Amino acid sequence: MLASLFIDAFRFIPDNAHLLLQKTLELAELSFTALGIAIVIALPLGLWLGHKHRGLFAALGVSSFGRALPSIALIGFFIAWLGVGFWNIEIALVVIGLPPLLTNTYFAVEGVDPDVVEAARGMGLTESQILRKVELPLGLPLIIAGARIAAVFVIATSTVAGIVGGSGLGEIIADQATYGLAGVFAAALCVSAVALLATWLLGFAERAAYRRMAPSA
Amino acid sequence: MTGFRVAGGGPVIPNFGHVNACLKHNGWFCTAWVHEHWGDTLQPALIQHIKLTVIAVGIGFVIAFLLALVGFRWRFLHAPIGALSDFLYALPSIALFELLLPVTGITTTTILIPLIAYTLFVLYRNIVAGLDGVSAEVLESARGMGLTRRQTFFKVELPLAVPAIMGGLRVVTVSTISIATVAAFLIHYGLGAPIFDALGQPDIFRTELVAASALAVLLALAADGLLAVLQRALTPWNRVR
Repeated sequence: MLASLFIDAFRFIPDNAHLLLQKTLELAELSFTALGIAIVIALPLGLWLGHKHRGLFAALGVSSFGRALPSIALIGFFIAWLGVGFWNIEIALVVIGLPPLLTNTYFAVEGVDPDVVEAARGMGLTESQILRKVELPLGLPLIIAGARIAAVFVIATSTVAGIVGGSGLGEIIADQATYGLAGVFAAALCVSAVALLATWLLGFAERAAYRRMAPSA
Repeated sequence: MTGFRVAGGGPVIPNFGHVNACLKHNGWFCTAWVHEHWGDTLQPALIQHIKLTVIAVGIGFVIAFLLALVGFRWRFLHAPIGALSDFLYALPSIALFELLLPVTGITTTTILIPLIAYTLFVLYRNIVAGLDGVSAEVLESARGMGLTRRQTFFKVELPLAVPAIMGGLRVVTVSTISIATVAAFLIHYGLGAPIFDALGQPDIFRTELVAASALAVLLALAADGLLAVLQRALTPWNRVR
């Protein structure tokens, strides 16, 4: 039974290539917009708090509360509040993506060796130069790792949004009656392909940032 | 299906015409409803959810531990096991539940198998990383003290890996509680059931949505705190600093 499902799913992919491609693009649009907005919010905030060594408790609280919040509950909350729509689901996805980005950015900057920061200050660098030229490059691998976790969360959650009327591959996954089990499986494979591609690319960026930081190691 | 629905209000309901103003306006949190339906809706769902989480994390931990022993002992298997757990983790949860439904039917097994599969990703990596993290000097001195390979594993490597293992367990427990709510899309079980009931109303029933979601968050935070306490108890040497 499972074998025939595999065969059906692999037959579904070329037969519905156009549909799958379109839904994959919709999923990518939904997820990467949310990821982008989350980065724009979390990066400056995390950098600033980490640089000031302030808000440790808040950073920990945000991360554990963010992980504890079930995605379907969060999406349901925004739909109950604002109604169904691209931007309402987008807001829920941004909220899902923020915690790992914020905590990782915070700890990336907060964890930079204080002696290094002190040395930079002694060399006459201004606070904003220290942040941009010392703390940001040194913390970059950890920040990118946060983006990787956030990307997986956001992509996974965008499929859950399909249940309550979100667009993208989640629509196919949540609508077994129309697309059949083969369609669901084919769409699931597309989602995991997007997720694995995003993880792989960000993992590559993470290693590159790490190598640049420590060329000898 | 249990209990009273806002949409179903009719003359049959006692106190008709006297309906709670909060419910009438679909308020965000009507304490009257929560009081009335704690016993027949929220509490049973909470208990079901705790059961799911404990069983899924328990079985997942045993499997991940055995896999980690294999991956730790026979290094060449480490990459394939890791890749397989990556792939499982990337598959969307609703799709996995739907795929299993024809095989295992409307049972908790259908919910548990994907939940267990998701725990493996984090647990396997954390257990191997914890065992790998024991420094060469420590292993050298264990050998110098005349410990056998087996004694080194149980008395040195395993206890030193406890923080990494417990860290993984905490992450996994919290995410299992979250993912388990999605399963109620197909199988009316656990805290997801009241959440989907609320979302299924013509006008989303806010009180039920908020109450059930809040229980899921509180359960996750409580479980995380409990495991943090257990971690402290298991690593007495970390406290002396």
